[in-house]
Amino acid sequence: MIVTVPTPAGMRNAPSPPADEDLELLLLIRHFELTLLRLFEAGELSGTTHTCLGQEYIPVALKPLLQEDDHVFSNHRGHGHFLARHAEPYGLLAEIMGREGALCAGVGGSQHIYHRRFLSTGVQGESLPVAVGVALKLKGSGALACAYIGDGTWGEGSVYEALNMARLWRVPLLVVVENNGIAQSTPTSAQMSGDIAARAAAFDVPHHRVTSTEVGEIRAELAPLVAVVRGDCRPLVAEFVTHRLGPHSKGDDTRSPEEIARAGDHDWYARYARMFPDPFDRLDRERRELVERIAAEVTARPPSVWEQR
Amino acid sequence: MTRVSEHLNQALHDLMEADPRVHVLGEDVSDPYGGAFKVTRGLSTRFGDRVRSTPLSEGALTGVGAGLALAGDRAVVEIMFADFAALAFDQLVNFAAKSTSMYGRPVPVPLVVRCPSGGNRGYGPTHSQSPQKHFIGVPGLSLFEMTPFHDAGELFARMFALGQPCLFFEDKVLYTRRMYEGGVVDDLFRYELAGDVARVFLDGVTEPDCTLIAHGGMTHRALAAMRELLLEEDLACELLVPARLHPLPGLPGLERARHVCVVEDGSEGGTWGAEVARLLYPRLWSTLRRPIGLISAADSVIPAAPHLEREVLVQPGRIRHTIAEALS
Ligand SMILES: Cc1ncc(C[n+]2csc(CCOP(=O)(O)OP(=O)(O)O)c2C)c(N)n1
Ligand SMILES: [Mg+2]
Repeated sequence: MIVTVPTPAGMRNAPSPPADEDLELLLLIRHFELTLLRLFEAGELSGTTHTCLGQEYIPVALKPLLQEDDHVFSNHRGHGHFLARHAEPYGLLAEIMGREGALCAGVGGSQHIYHRRFLSTGVQGESLPVAVGVALKLKGSGALACAYIGDGTWGEGSVYEALNMARLWRVPLLVVVENNGIAQSTPTSAQMSGDIAARAAAFDVPHHRVTSTEVGEIRAELAPLVAVVRGDCRPLVAEFVTHRLGPHSKGDDTRSPEEIARAGDHDWYARYARMFPDPFDRLDRERRELVERIAAEVTARPPSVWEQR
Repeated sequence: MTRVSEHLNQALHDLMEADPRVHVLGEDVSDPYGGAFKVTRGLSTRFGDRVRSTPLSEGALTGVGAGLALAGDRAVVEIMFADFAALAFDQLVNFAAKSTSMYGRPVPVPLVVRCPSGGNRGYGPTHSQSPQKHFIGVPGLSLFEMTPFHDAGELFARMFALGQPCLFFEDKVLYTRRMYEGGVVDDLFRYELAGDVARVFLDGVTEPDCTLIAHGGMTHRALAAMRELLLEEDLACELLVPARLHPLPGLPGLERARHVCVVEDGSEGGTWGAEVARLLYPRLWSTLRRPIGLISAADSVIPAAPHLEREVLVQPGRIRHTIAEALS
């Protein structure tokens, strides 16, 4: 079922506290997502949303490994990907709520955003070939295309067609796999034969498995590999073993309470709160209050206007 | 009172119980999840591995369904959102539909592909479409749509009896509405079933001012418009809701109407409604007093924000005004 490492990865060696800047971003994403669920419950939000609770550290770890001119392709669970790329929580919330200042006029909503070289779409697997095309264009420039996909998305044939071309044509493509052990309600073990490492190997694409949830450790592991993607134009599959703490979208978690609790054992939030009450408590309160202000401000805005049809 | 989603669920239970050859495949269809819209709830618990949650592989899982059908079984495939039927287009069009005739003799492919369709839920451009029009006119492929009038069990039986792949659209908002029973819609309207077509009418009105033709998912918006047209514009309307969209079954009684109008949720251009009008023109040419009306969603993606989505999709107000204007 859920991929579980015996001890939470971050506990292996007594970690140093994350930099304030990283912790702030982690907490911003956490409170952003919690706020969305709260707004849904209050009937302030319509449609659907997929939160990245528990997985926030992945885009935060990748943040300094990406350059300004890189392109990022995201998926349905993309709020963290976006916030770690662009510090525009007001614009993102306005997009999700269909308010003035929305990134894409409220047309795309939570899952369909195209803003400053960040693109997401709600059809699983669709973005990977597109990322190969963008990477083909970027080849030689030192920039790369980074595409986030989940474990479940490896069911789609387009993933393999894209990997094949990416390696064949040597394009700077970084595939970030958020392997949270589940796709909507289906455990990875019930939808994937073999594993991601072997699938990457079949295309002669290097694969690296990340089990740590410490942003510092992750960066140290990945930095040299990402440099090869840029310099050598060789694609890389970076697979994060991670845990989805919340429901797939909202109120649709059919996992047992024990299973959800096991996922929670890996939560950076609880760990940092316990290990580093200072500065955690202060930053946590600050970010929570910030997101509350953002939500109040954006909720009060008039509806978005779709001018450029 | 039975909700449409519960009714569909019961129909699938009955179908699997009655026929051990029936399989159900789709993403997250197994218990306890029971499908994104809960239509397959309870099936895996009861029927074991005849029900399979599949990987995210719309093309391949449709092909697997076709294979089961080819091998003598019957398959109901669920595409989580109708939008993703695009990923199964090749399997449907170039294999399942064609193989019923391209081998020089009839080859039965009893395959039903269930597609939760439609918007008005704020799901955004890739989770809200009514893509019926993309599948119309494919030799060997039939289109059906769930309505609040038709018994789903009978529709499944009809579709399998064709021995051809069928797309079965189920409007996501319709899921939450109740099934009509006993010939009564509400205080104003009655209904009757004539084969594949439900006819909704006002008691005693034999020559309606307008007969609307709509697919199942449009039913409630059409009814809301008909109520307003009657109460506020004094115009009596009738509504025909065919459960089979393509090929289109015979539509009863249109000669008696002053005006005929097709209403659909697909985006404008090359639509189901246009196909309905094409089929009706020769038949109604001598009795028509004005062109057949066609009300479709805008030629637009479907925005996520509700205030923008509302403008793009067909709403009761637009139906009312278009019909009132045509008749003024
Ligand atoms: C082509 C396609 N099929 C199905 C869906 C519905 N859907 C959205 S997310 C999801 C599960 C994705 O699982 P995974 O890739 O593991 O990502 P996770 O949700 O775990 O982050 C499904 C089935 C979709 N959006 N696109
Ligand atoms: Mg997953």
